[in-house]
Amino acid sequence: MLALHRDGGDWRLELRGDWSLQGLAQIDAELRALPGPLTGRLTCDWTGAEHPGIGAVWALLTRLAYLGNGKLEIRHEGHPPGTIELLRKLNAELCTTHGKRAVAVPDHEGAIAGLGRWTVVQGTEARRLLGFFGRIAAVLGTGVSHPRALRFPSIVRHLHETGVTAIPIVSLIAFLISVVVAYLGAQQLSRFGATIFVVDLVTIAVLREMGVLLTAIIVAGRSGSAFAAEIGVMQINEETDALRAMGLNPIELLVVPRVVGLMIALPLLTVVADAMGLAGGGLLSLVQLHIPPAQFITRLREALSPTTFWAGLVKAPVFALLIGMVGSYRGLQVRDSARELGRFTTMAVVQSIFLVILADAFFAVLFEQLDF
Amino acid sequence: MSAPPESADAATPIIRVRGLVSRFGSQVVHDGLSFEVRPNEIMGIVGGSGTGKSVLLRTILGLRHPQGGTIEIYGRDIVQLTPQERLAMVKSYGVTFQNGALISSLTVAQNIQLPLRESYSMSEDGLDELVQLNLSLVGLAPDAAEKYPAQLSGGMVKRAALARALALEPKLLFLDEPTSGLDPISASDFDALLLYLHAELKLTVVMITHDLDSLFRTCDRAAVIVDGRMITDTLPGLLGNTDPWIHEYFHGPRARAAELAAEGPHG
Repeated sequence: MLALHRDGGDWRLELRGDWSLQGLAQIDAELRALPGPLTGRLTCDWTGAEHPGIGAVWALLTRLAYLGNGKLEIRHEGHPPGTIELLRKLNAELCTTHGKRAVAVPDHEGAIAGLGRWTVVQGTEARRLLGFFGRIAAVLGTGVSHPRALRFPSIVRHLHETGVTAIPIVSLIAFLISVVVAYLGAQQLSRFGATIFVVDLVTIAVLREMGVLLTAIIVAGRSGSAFAAEIGVMQINEETDALRAMGLNPIELLVVPRVVGLMIALPLLTVVADAMGLAGGGLLSLVQLHIPPAQFITRLREALSPTTFWAGLVKAPVFALLIGMVGSYRGLQVRDSARELGRFTTMAVVQSIFLVILADAFFAVLFEQLDF
Repeated sequence: MSAPPESADAATPIIRVRGLVSRFGSQVVHDGLSFEVRPNEIMGIVGGSGTGKSVLLRTILGLRHPQGGTIEIYGRDIVQLTPQERLAMVKSYGVTFQNGALISSLTVAQNIQLPLRESYSMSEDGLDELVQLNLSLVGLAPDAAEKYPAQLSGGMVKRAALARALALEPKLLFLDEPTSGLDPISASDFDALLLYLHAELKLTVVMITHDLDSLFRTCDRAAVIVDGRMITDTLPGLLGNTDPWIHEYFHGPRARAAELAAEGPHG
């Protein structure tokens, strides 16, 4: 591609071959192999160069400027490309006005400083989330005196999207998981000849814990992510800013209908999941343990204490509040880019599932203490 | 990849569209639309909202299949290209979209390097130098390279998009409303930049624009979409056209101001 000769006291650089972008990788490599520094006069001979493109010419000029370091006089001959004047001017400008490009200094931070920063960030986040909860509560408070603030049509739409459309998947998963639990229970309990207690196991496990917890996790994956993504895209399109500029409150218009819709939907879905879970347990008992449905129901009634069903159901609105709040909150944090949208949507799902399980653990301790 | 023949014949059009028909359901947008773009000219495409300027651009770029007619770029029918030929064709022209369409998760430098990385194996330093070249060409400061698109102003986004379009050293540029959303000074700077690049790099430019100032200043010829067909003429020719829409377009209050402004520097 290029060859450097001594021509008397001067340098002569012969340029050959394909000087389009196609050949640039090789030209670049050969340019970097040139010896330096060069002083005196250098003539570039373009006679053999084909299709010279701006990239290759630029690479040549940049490299020669570096090797010459101001002490090299460069001439061009043999049909140099027409763009060479332009590029030489640009290159000279870049060298004089801007100088060296500022190099970003990596931020070295000690482990303790990192821990401190993390703590502060978590602290502010927690405070902001609490503030966000306060703003939702304020809208709900207004809703008591001005029901219009609650946007019933919007609530119904979200009730449909988060609730009704989730029934098939919630039913299926509740059914299958309870079949699995009943099957495992049957295997263990049959060793003691106490297979009838499978009914107790399924009833208590499904009604107290699994029905509501599984539903909440599915809904967090389905609707928590949808909330974050919907509101996030509205953030990117400046729709939320437009609402604020029109004197409308995005919390009232976007967040509260979603949260309230979900707080109605999740308990109802939990009832569906409970029913399907018991049905799954009943089916396995019939097929595997030959317990007829009538006997299953009798045993089920004996296993139930008055609070079993409510101990599960009462958790649902709380889980719904957590999921809806975290999803909307993360959505409102999205700024500017598609990457942010993905990051905050992921965060919304992970954090809402985490918070649901944390709250569930809290409820377990609470019910234990209350003997509920 | 074969480079397009360099100015084979000044009369051979770079783009030739014949009898183009575009329909959305029963709505006919282009009804036998024909026009040509000659080498080394700046062609403006104008038309009212909804007349299918962007549809035309998307069709020429091969992003949309027409319902009829042929489109030739460099004398090749774009519908009949093999996938490899298509790729080579796409790489031979640069496009900027209306809102820049810079990839938001990549920095400006990475945006410019993206087409280069996919096509050529080059050292990192070599890529960085090319980024500097393209930024210099469009008049952006070197420190813009490390910024994300969200950190740029509207004018900088347009310039960065142009830098990305120029990365593969195209001879043909498509610009979709390059000056929309810019303040008059930035828009005027962009016009100057376009004229400068056109002169220095011998580019052929097809530009959709609503900006009359920009049209009068930069374009050699303009194509107007009226009733699904194209009327192509020089600007003085279009000024004398009797079609009511074209007359209104070029003789409305805004057009007169733009004409006066354009007459100034040229004498």
